[in-house]
Amino acid sequence: MTDTAWVYTQNVKDHFMNPRNILDDEATFAPDGRGEVGNIKCGDQMLVVIKVADGKITDCRWKTYGCASAIASTSMLSEMVKGMPLDAAYQVRPADITAKLGGLPEHKIHCSVLGDKALRAAIDNYYATHGQPDKVKQEAARVICQCMNVTDAEIEHAVLDGARTWLELQERTKLGTVCGNCKGEAEKLLALYTNQHFSCQHQ
Amino acid sequence: MQERTVYLDHNATTPLHPAVQQALTEAFALFGNPSSMHSFGRAARARVEESRATVARFLNAAPEEIIFVGSGSEANNTVLSLVSCGTKLCARHGGSDIITTAIEHPAVLETTTCLRDRGANVEILPVDGHGRADLDRLAALLKTRKGIVSVMAANNEIGTIQDIAAAAKLAHAHGSLFHTDAVQAFGKIPLDVRALGVDFLTLSAHKIYGPKGVGALYSRKGIPFCPLIRGGHQEAGRRAGTENTLGIIGLGAAVAQREREMTAEHTRLLAFKQRLRDGLAARIPDTRFNGHPTEALANTLNVSFLGAEGEAILLYLDLAGIAASTGSACASGSLDPSHVLLATGIPIECAHGSLRLSMGRDTTDADIDYVLEVLPQVISRLRRMSTAYHGSN
Repeated sequence: MTDTAWVYTQNVKDHFMNPRNILDDEATFAPDGRGEVGNIKCGDQMLVVIKVADGKITDCRWKTYGCASAIASTSMLSEMVKGMPLDAAYQVRPADITAKLGGLPEHKIHCSVLGDKALRAAIDNYYATHGQPDKVKQEAARVICQCMNVTDAEIEHAVLDGARTWLELQERTKLGTVCGNCKGEAEKLLALYTNQHFSCQHQ
Repeated sequence: MQERTVYLDHNATTPLHPAVQQALTEAFALFGNPSSMHSFGRAARARVEESRATVARFLNAAPEEIIFVGSGSEANNTVLSLVSCGTKLCARHGGSDIITTAIEHPAVLETTTCLRDRGANVEILPVDGHGRADLDRLAALLKTRKGIVSVMAANNEIGTIQDIAAAAKLAHAHGSLFHTDAVQAFGKIPLDVRALGVDFLTLSAHKIYGPKGVGALYSRKGIPFCPLIRGGHQEAGRRAGTENTLGIIGLGAAVAQREREMTAEHTRLLAFKQRLRDGLAARIPDTRFNGHPTEALANTLNVSFLGAEGEAILLYLDLAGIAASTGSACASGSLDPSHVLLATGIPIECAHGSLRLSMGRDTTDADIDYVLEVLPQVISRLRRMSTAYHGSN
């Protein structure tokens, strides 16, 4: 049994066993930006806090209620963004993190997306509280399917949950099941999110 | 990797009993088809029937009431399909409704879903906070429903034992058949099919230190039967396919060992469970024990830790050499946590943070000590990095 490969890659194991940059005490850390996403009822929740100087992230700490993949990917993210300009940090996507981790099984990708979402929320929070509210890009959910009231955020969630085709997307979200006018735009988003979350996988 | 390994996942599967391994090794050369009349066939047949007699004796059944099958799942599929395949032959006892509980194994629940799609009436009994099925609701349902009632003897996740005799009595009083999925209970608690009054009972070999890929279905004499797998006269026409001779010999050998070991093991494991429970409660604040406090399997302890996620707990334990199981959504690959824990009404975050420790015949005092040493460290570590824990730790 001793030489059996572990359930995830060596990098995931390393970051899971020795998570970097865990937030110890928020009051002492005194963050410049704070982002919290997720919900423990869904099984995962993420808090990311940042220190900012000269438009760059000087420190990034986090806490999570989440599984091994959530812990490892946020640990990796916190290393990646230290010293990074805010604009660049805003562009970090789960696929970039999982690539650095050496890949995650497809069904665990959705566990790894909270870290970067929380980071973007923290950056937006920094802009909002430091006199640059015009820079807040907060990604408000946009309704795509008017009939069934399905948003782009829900389409992204369905993709993370395994939907790859129009039919699978419909099975999960019920979108386009009434008038079907949203099909074109929904399919574009399906391709976009699939590309965004799954194209850089090195399994 | 780690120095020590502690296997506490016996409800998932068990290692082969040395006596079973021996029986299998000796039987390897036995290749005859039990259906053949010549000496090779007769030699295999004799061993198959020997196993049948052993299983029957342990259940207080007659040998001809035991049907060997490929798994517990197959036995469950067979029984449920039998009442609702829609032909007169299969439904001749007079009803095709199905009543089962919310905490059954997917082999029962998913089969009932499929049968519902094909037109069967399916009712799901709720359970209380300890996982006991609501028998008052069963009695009420039976006034308008007729067919089969299926209630598991003991639950695989929380260990809760049901009052099978009472449920079977209710079903019979209203003209319905009664089945129990006893895959987890069999070999852990005494099961006497006559005393329980069941019509069908499912069991599996690999949960009792036997080989994988073999199980049995008890089917009471005189009850209508319809095979799931057709096309052969094996098992008196009730399950086609050349017998899994080795598997059946392994099952028989495993049952023979259960007859000898079960009672003493029960006492031993009950003491371990108490020690584990008290030890965890004393060392880890904000824990919650799931399942019934007394009417539960001695080997199964299910516990939730506030603010710590189950898959992370499981994998930190794995890195320390401890094998356990969790009801967390993340470990299942789906987005939903354990249907069993949710059915008992526990908060959803407690289901995500649940851990099942299931002991067995090889569990030692030192194993319990090791868990009591490692688990508090794991929980404390996860809670320190948790957004969902604000207690002192």
